[in-house]
Amino acid sequence: MTSIRADELTLGYGRKTVVEGLTLDVPDGATTVIIGGNGSGKSTLLLALGRLLVPSRGRVLLAGADIQRSPTREIARRLALLPQQPRTPEAMTVRQLVALGRHPYQSWLAQWSQRDERMVERAMQRADVADLADRVVDTLSGGQRQRVWIALAVAQDTPLLLLDEPISFLDPAHQLDVLDLLRTLNRETRKTVVMVLHDLNLAARYGDHIIGMRDGRIVAEGTPETVMTADNVRAIFDLVCRIVPDPCVGTPMCVPVGRAL
Amino acid sequence: MTTKAFGLLLAVICSALVSLAAGGHWLGPEAIWHALVMPEADNIDDLLIRGTRASRTLIALVAGASLAVAGGLIQTVTGNPLASPGILGINAGALLALVAGAGLLSLPLAGSGYVAALLGAGLTCGLVWLIAMQGAGRAGPLRLVLAGAALAALFNAISQALLVVDQQGLDAILVWMAGSVAGHSLTGVWPMLVGAVVVMALGVPFLRHLNVLSAGEQTARTVGARVRGLQAIALLATALLAGNAVAMAGSIAFVGLIVPHLARRLLGSDHRCWLPGAAALGAMLLLWGDIVARLVIAPREVPVGVAMTLIGVPFFIGLIRMTGRPHG
Repeated sequence: MTSIRADELTLGYGRKTVVEGLTLDVPDGATTVIIGGNGSGKSTLLLALGRLLVPSRGRVLLAGADIQRSPTREIARRLALLPQQPRTPEAMTVRQLVALGRHPYQSWLAQWSQRDERMVERAMQRADVADLADRVVDTLSGGQRQRVWIALAVAQDTPLLLLDEPISFLDPAHQLDVLDLLRTLNRETRKTVVMVLHDLNLAARYGDHIIGMRDGRIVAEGTPETVMTADNVRAIFDLVCRIVPDPCVGTPMCVPVGRAL
Repeated sequence: MTTKAFGLLLAVICSALVSLAAGGHWLGPEAIWHALVMPEADNIDDLLIRGTRASRTLIALVAGASLAVAGGLIQTVTGNPLASPGILGINAGALLALVAGAGLLSLPLAGSGYVAALLGAGLTCGLVWLIAMQGAGRAGPLRLVLAGAALAALFNAISQALLVVDQQGLDAILVWMAGSVAGHSLTGVWPMLVGAVVVMALGVPFLRHLNVLSAGEQTARTVGARVRGLQAIALLATALLAGNAVAMAGSIAFVGLIVPHLARRLLGSDHRCWLPGAAALGAMLLLWGDIVARLVIAPREVPVGVAMTLIGVPFFIGLIRMTGRPHG
């Protein structure tokens, strides 16, 4: 069992509360997309799910155990998190960076193994960065770099993958590349994927489960069809829109009309 | 990689031999061999090598290696390529302890003065860590550097005040401030030599973890590294190594700053390769600095700290110009 859930979660920075009393069950084996306006608390929630933010109240439960009370190395074997715009380490090669994904499997006794080596190679192939293995990460383009970070998360070999705005700084073609890669990971290896996206139409196209947030609370939750209604989009974003079927795949598509007054 | 390691080791040994030979009175290979293998009590060359040159060679080796490793560690922990032990206020803390010990408690500079300097360096490191860790729990490397800079200014001011008020022993302290590896007897400094080597040996199993740390705090935490613990261990090692080196050789700038950059350029970004390499390069740099220092106005000497600064400043300026480029 790998399921992750949030139980009466209250989150904030210092005295500022961003999320209050939020309860959430992430469906296993599906791709869950969190949407919401700027400052709605979606990235904060993702950080807490990834145990990088300590809740001021409530708990995050990973397979039934409180994530803040479990050894961080053990959690790193079950859950990989790709933060928004991670700092690119100076002068590290792609292979070195991806190899860090094997850190949770190493200890004083178990040093770098054949299996680690294999997992790194496989992760680089999956994310299509194998031919960049000896390049310095710094010198890569944004799209390549994002695939390298995903390769790191894949090398971690976790059943759960969290990503904070993985496509925000990519051009449209590379956005689809990354989302297709994540979908393949989800479909072929049954990884549970949770990500924050800003693009509603891509969220509807790639998400099995959509969570709409506003002011630190969940406003709507369910399949793209149930969440992507004109009323919900208005409630989440203060945006008036028309919903039409996506001409390519038939999922709901939002055509903005204007800001709600 | 093994060829590079072997080459570095060979270069260090050759440098050490040159350091034994060089000086106002040059000595040949036979004299060195004689002094090291079958010394005689009344042979002047043997006395010169075993009494003076061996000790300054060993001190330069260990102090250079210590400073370079301490600088490399602090650069990794802060994620700042321009960080060095001096920036954390370690030199200033050691100096204050030394001045206060000599002025207020009349401690001799040798012996208990070393201990005072080491204590000062250690306490400063602890204090910097405490200040930087205060507050909302989001203490970043930047706060570490700022806390260090503030403390360094404070400690230097107090040291100067003490020196102005009480000018006794000023000469000895001046030599120490300028940095020098000469004038120590081996019996006085051998605990520091052994101590530095032990700290470096104990640190070897942690090198792999430093790689994780250098990927940035957030990434390190997501792959399950205990970041605060690692930072604390790295800082403790920095304090011990830098404090030790400062106690032995005074405040020598730039070794801790320059050498890690050279080592990374030469050996790549894996800490298991470049940090031991930095130790070798640091040892060599300080050795050659000392050799130059005793030859340049022979028979008199300039302090090795001054020689290092002459080498270091142009490099530092070049470094700043390079880091102006994105991700230089």
